[in-house]
Amino acid sequence: MKILGDLFRDYRFALSFIVLLIIVILALLSIFSPYDPTLWNVVPRDMRPSAEYWLGTDSNGQDIFWQATYAIRNSLIISLIAGFVSRVIAILVGMIAGYTGGATDRVLMFISDSLLVIPLFLIFVLLAMMVREHMNLVILGLMLSIFGWAWDARLIRSMILSLREREFTKTAILSGTGTLKLVWNEYMPFTMPLIFSTLINNIGFAIGLEITLAIIGLVDLMTPTLGTMLNWALFYQSTFLGRWWWVLTPVVLSLFLFIALYWQSVSISEYLDPRTRIQRVGA
Amino acid sequence: MTGKKQTILRTEHLKAFYLLEMHGTQKVVKAVNDVDLTIYENEIYGIAGESGCGKTTLMKALFNDFVPPLRLVSGKIYYRINWEEEVDVSKMSPEEVRQLRMEYISYIPQGSMSALNPVLKLKETYKDFVGSHLGDQSREEIFELAYKQILALGLPKNILDLYPHQLSGGMRQRVTIALASLLKPRIMIGDEPTTALDVVVQRGVIQMLRTIQENFKNTIILVTHDMGVHANIADRIGIMYAGKIVEEGTTEQIFRNPRHPYTQFLINSLPKFGDKDVRHSVPGSPPSLADIPAGCPFHPRCPHAMEICTQQMPGFSYPDENHKVACWLFGEGKHEQPA
Amino acid sequence: MNNLLEVNELSKQYSQGNVLARVTLTAVDRVTFYIKPAEIFTLAGESGCGKTTTAKVVIGFEEPTSGTILHNGKPQTPNEKVWITEGVQAIFQDPFSTFNPLRTVDRYFFETIQNLILAVSKQQAIDLIDQKLRLVGLTYQEFAGKYPNEFSGGQLQRISIARALLSNPTLLIADEPVSMVDASLRMSIVNLFKKLRDTLGVSILYITHDLATAYYVSDRIAIMFRGNIVEMGTVEQVLMNPRHPYSKLLRDSIPQADPSKRWTTTVTLSELEQEEYLRQGCKFAGRCPDVMEICKGVVPADLNVDGVLVKCHLYSEKKEV
Repeated sequence: MKILGDLFRDYRFALSFIVLLIIVILALLSIFSPYDPTLWNVVPRDMRPSAEYWLGTDSNGQDIFWQATYAIRNSLIISLIAGFVSRVIAILVGMIAGYTGGATDRVLMFISDSLLVIPLFLIFVLLAMMVREHMNLVILGLMLSIFGWAWDARLIRSMILSLREREFTKTAILSGTGTLKLVWNEYMPFTMPLIFSTLINNIGFAIGLEITLAIIGLVDLMTPTLGTMLNWALFYQSTFLGRWWWVLTPVVLSLFLFIALYWQSVSISEYLDPRTRIQRVGA
Repeated sequence: MTGKKQTILRTEHLKAFYLLEMHGTQKVVKAVNDVDLTIYENEIYGIAGESGCGKTTLMKALFNDFVPPLRLVSGKIYYRINWEEEVDVSKMSPEEVRQLRMEYISYIPQGSMSALNPVLKLKETYKDFVGSHLGDQSREEIFELAYKQILALGLPKNILDLYPHQLSGGMRQRVTIALASLLKPRIMIGDEPTTALDVVVQRGVIQMLRTIQENFKNTIILVTHDMGVHANIADRIGIMYAGKIVEEGTTEQIFRNPRHPYTQFLINSLPKFGDKDVRHSVPGSPPSLADIPAGCPFHPRCPHAMEICTQQMPGFSYPDENHKVACWLFGEGKHEQPA
Repeated sequence: MNNLLEVNELSKQYSQGNVLARVTLTAVDRVTFYIKPAEIFTLAGESGCGKTTTAKVVIGFEEPTSGTILHNGKPQTPNEKVWITEGVQAIFQDPFSTFNPLRTVDRYFFETIQNLILAVSKQQAIDLIDQKLRLVGLTYQEFAGKYPNEFSGGQLQRISIARALLSNPTLLIADEPVSMVDASLRMSIVNLFKKLRDTLGVSILYITHDLATAYYVSDRIAIMFRGNIVEMGTVEQVLMNPRHPYSKLLRDSIPQADPSKRWTTTVTLSELEQEEYLRQGCKFAGRCPDVMEICKGVVPADLNVDGVLVKCHLYSEKKEV
């Protein structure tokens, strides 16, 4: 709790926390939605925002507010899956490669480097086209996670390489600690800030990627996400026709989400930075 | 002119603190806490004390290197440039200060063997450091100067063509000192220049500093916790504890007749070669500079502590000429320096 | 009675460089010494002499290129964890990096106890830790739950020794334990070594370049130079009456805390380290004040001069008339 207290002193953390809280509440509100998001024409079309339809309605005949709650929920699910799965892969690969070294290290780094260099987006587009019928949130999330781990694996590996040479590694060895426990207990506290901040970055990145894919039309357009909402809005030329409430909803929501995630990431990683942590510890 | 030496650097009631703020809590680290120093020309002045007594901060202050969170809280520092009147350092412009560095006063930081740019050959580093001060002179002239100095100080001939990683730590330390003395500065400040060096290399470094001082007749201020080094090179020594100078005198006086209990501990805790008598370290640990005990800061560890030691810091008493000590065992003393 | 540790003809070579140009550096060159139980043995020398490498091989962190190491008469096998099998522990030079700055120091103690099964309950573990801490002058109260930066360098070094003592080792390898501690605090650590030898019968392999503390605390000493042992014997013999020119140089270069004992002669240090390593013949020939023609070409043999091992041509039979 003291940690939260310290974090809240940073205005960036406080503001972004509140914004994220609101967004999560909106996502949870989707449970109470009176309309089924996959149906059309449940309400009159193209109505402006009013007391009855808070954010107006779209050309498909859906209430934009409730649609948006579903959209946020789904986008969050996809990106959270993408973020977490890619963290797990990055940590495993980075730690094993860093501590073991030798042939294992070379093989793992080869795979990781390939993923950095090959134009993943094109491959992704191909994959997405093939899998389109079976696409659901989870699969999309897993596919997006492939993008996220390569860079961080290398970062984690470099940290492990330098930590391995520090004297406390020797102390841990002399204490009889086995390799896995050693890497976990000794090195994780150092890699935590990196992992955390890249997690949040990754979530943002996944959302952006999902929106991009949706605008191109490579996802299941029936499932509402921030990206598909945008796709439909553009499809129906809502900007041209002046229906600002439809196109602005996903755009504004995404903007808030990105900025909030960015501020969270920056403030948390500053807090967790070993250099400032060491100053704080025992103070 | 009598044989009395001129002062070249002086501080008056110098206070330099670190003002830290971390997540809502404030800490004030009183690293230099009311220090009066008078340094003369043509001498080697040693400052001795344990780690964490504020010596490095004092050196930074003397070098006028106040980078936040370090702040000059109160007091004055005077340089005597060009043998004229003393100049108050805080009144100089940044350009004047920059010009003084390396020509009037140079600084050899702790761990300076790591201060050399690893991707440049040493001669390029020389050019970088020196070029801005010797604008008129050409590259060749700078190298001439550097080369002559390298030979005079006993370093290998081809050293300027090497990269720092090709040299051992001791060699790099000596190069850094050579560089710092290239422009014949009137004051050289060395912060632990021999720590972490092998004993023979340490002797070489001390030798080098003595040679430089003998040739240029300048002033060297040397900070180290190793009293053996002070015995070998210093003319006068100041003992520092918890941000204050507690004793000062000539090297002879300090070693033959240490007055302050802390000085006595410092000297007696060193092993004398050839003597296997049991010796003991200074008991306890030095206080954190963020939390200094009231009165005389040494009282928690002092075997002679009295009631008044816990309440008030004594001024300087003069048990011998030019030998001052701040300790209640010698009376209240005076808080300001005699003229 | 077996020697606690026997090192025979130990050599360790490293190759540096890349595919096009490789240089083989012999860090340790046929080093032989032994340590008895309850004895403090010093390996002294400057940086680059091979003493730290020798320690790493003895503790098992590195494999020897050739030679054998015997613990209690048993040869050390490759990758053997001698801190578990033979009761050998170690402490290192920098007290602040010995412990992870982001973890409390007591975690290492509890881990050691758990991994080496030294206690069966938490209370027993705490008692054991307290007992070892008291040996080094600390108590469990002032130690529990604290991070490394809450202690001073001297305290951390003593805590490091306490951790090493948890498993009741017979041999403690101390790699430059006082180099990074203030000169005025070194006595407390070095006095502790004496106490461990006298009351617990622990032997200590003390590695240092500080001959003053070496004289104060050791029983026997070996002086190393660029991978070779150049002189070895009891500390009285070697340090009070050094025979090898390098030992004399080392002893004379100790700064005495006495202004009347200032150095009057100067040293020359104009050779680069790597040049000295690659010398044929005696590696000290470049700086030796008594160098002879034979020194530059022929490696001196290990000669026995009044019970002291000396590796120097000055003492070969031909020179003694």
